[in-house]
Formats: sequence, C-alpha cells, structure tokens
Amino acid sequence: MPSELINNYFRTETLPHIWCPGCGNGIVTRAIVKAIDNLNIPKDDVCIVSGIGCSSRAAGYLDFNTLHTTHGRALAFATGVKLANPKLHVIVITGDGDASAIGGNHLIHSARRNIDITTVVFNNSIYGMTGGQYSPTTPMGDKATTAPYGSIDPNFDLCELANAAGATYVARGTVYAVNILEKVIQEGISNKGFSFIEAIATCPTYYGRKNKKGSAVDMIKFLKEHGVMYTAWQKMSEDEKIGKFPIGKLYTKERKEYTEQYQMLIDSLGKESNQ
Amino acid sequence: MPAKDKVSLKINTLWCKGCGICVFICPKEVLEIENEKVYIKDLDNCIKCGQCEYHCPDYAIYLEEEK
Repeated sequence: MPSELINNYFRTETLPHIWCPGCGNGIVTRAIVKAIDNLNIPKDDVCIVSGIGCSSRAAGYLDFNTLHTTHGRALAFATGVKLANPKLHVIVITGDGDASAIGGNHLIHSARRNIDITTVVFNNSIYGMTGGQYSPTTPMGDKATTAPYGSIDPNFDLCELANAAGATYVARGTVYAVNILEKVIQEGISNKGFSFIEAIATCPTYYGRKNKKGSAVDMIKFLKEHGVMYTAWQKMSEDEKIGKFPIGKLYTKERKEYTEQYQMLIDSLGKESNQ
Repeated sequence: MPAKDKVSLKINTLWCKGCGICVFICPKEVLEIENEKVYIKDLDNCIKCGQCEYHCPDYAIYLEEEK
C-alpha cells in the first residue's frame, strides 16, 4: 500500500513510474501534489497540463484533470484551458527543453500576458527521454550526446528569463531542499497571475554519467552544497556567488491578470450591445 | 500531524529502485541498501522526521499513521 498522499492524488495502478533510479522527477511531482494538498484544493478544480519529455510523463501518473500535450505546447494548451474555465487551477508540468527550447515562445508570451497559470519546470539540464542531447539549460562546457567535447552554447537562467518576460511570481527549488520547493509551488499556485517555478532535478542516467557527476546521491549532495537561500545570496559577494545559485522566492510583482482582462473586455462589449 | 509514537515507517520494496537517496538524507542512519533495495537497519534510531518520504523519488518509503 502506498502512503495516503500518493493514494489520494496518484493513479496508483500506473506506479511504479518509468523514471530511472535516482531521477529527481518523482520528488518534484510529489512536492506539487503536497502543495495542492496543503492548499486543500479539490482534485476536480485542478488541471495538470504537460508537454513531452521525461518530466511531462508526470501528468499520466496524477489523478486530476490531466492533459498530456505535444512537445513544447503545454502552455498553449493550458492557456486554452484557463480561458475556457478560469476557475480551474491550471498547473503546467514541463521540462527544461520542452519549456525553453521547443516551447520557449509560449513561455515568454504566457509570462508577458500574465495568465494565471503555475508552470513548474523540471530542470535536469538535458534531454533525457531522447538520449541525452544538450538543452538550453545545459551549463556551458558540459557534455551531452550532441556536445561530446562540451557545449559552447551559453545556458539560459530560466528564472531571469521568466522574470524579464513579465511573470509575477518567480522562484527556484531543488530536489534537495524539498520543503522550499513545496512552499514556492504553494505560493505560485496562490499567486493570481503567471507563476514560474524552476525545480532543479537530477538526471543521473544521462547528465550525470556524461559529466562524471557520480551517483544520484552525489548529485543531490551537489544541490545541497550549491543552492543558497535568496536572502543569504543577496548578502554574498560576487566571488562567493561563483558556481552557486539562489533558491527560494526570487521575484514578485503586481500586474493585471490576463483572464480577468479578457472577462472585462467581454463584459464591456456586452454592455455596448445591450444599449 | 499525528504524534510521533503513532506513526510507523513503511517500505514498499516493489517500488524501491535502490537509488540510495533516503540512506543519504536520513539524519540518523536508520536505512541501508541491500540487493538494490532499501531496508530498515536500525528502527530504534528513527526520529520519524519524514525526510526519507519527502525525498524518495519512487514513493517507496513513508510514515504511516497507526490505526
């Protein structure tokens, strides 16, 4: 018998999942479910939308309204779902390649519109499902199937990207600091607007092996040693920041939400036609 | 959260993939991997903090309220 949380929110007949031993995706998926559980949102009021990739398999394991869509287009489908039924809590589960390469366009425009969708990017720095090709978040110099001598592409900082594009809640968590990940997902869901959460996950099978990062445990240790709470990060010198990254709530701002603006437009046109 | 003496540590070996994350995360060295599966080495040391449950990618270890 699985735990009560897993029993309540997962399609347990589909478990155990297909993710590799030590893959961080299962940890992030549980954190999302725990955040929903903490907020006491009824299952029918949640819609999980995912794209393609290892991470996007999560939608199939979860017992909510779920939509497993095409590569990179999770946010496009999610926008449709949210506009059709603005009362739904729409949560997008996507990977680093899915969100920032194939779906990079949808990501920046969803953030620009500030549509009330919570996007959780499972960032494992590689395309796992297709065999370890480098993604826009593979750190420069790191190896991948398609970069056998190291990638010369500068990598994206997804949180900075989402913030610059207009997201009203931006945070980062890791599969080591699960309590923080859970908290920021919860805050993201509660934020009325586009919330972007980067969950740093581990891929011991491809990214780990290609870059001699050791076992899943070694990769979790790395996250423990290099993720710094944002409050502490702000007090660090530039030299101290080298090789480290901030976690926790990074950016928030106030902007008008898209579905509300859309409803206001519909209401104003209705008034005009009644006159 | 139920009282700590009312919860027990459970393992679902069918789902365990033996990654060892729980063994690393456990602050009290309660767990160990044997034949690619986790087992409880020292239950008396368990403080029921639940860190293994939060970090298990396969939902194979958890605390359950005793009924």
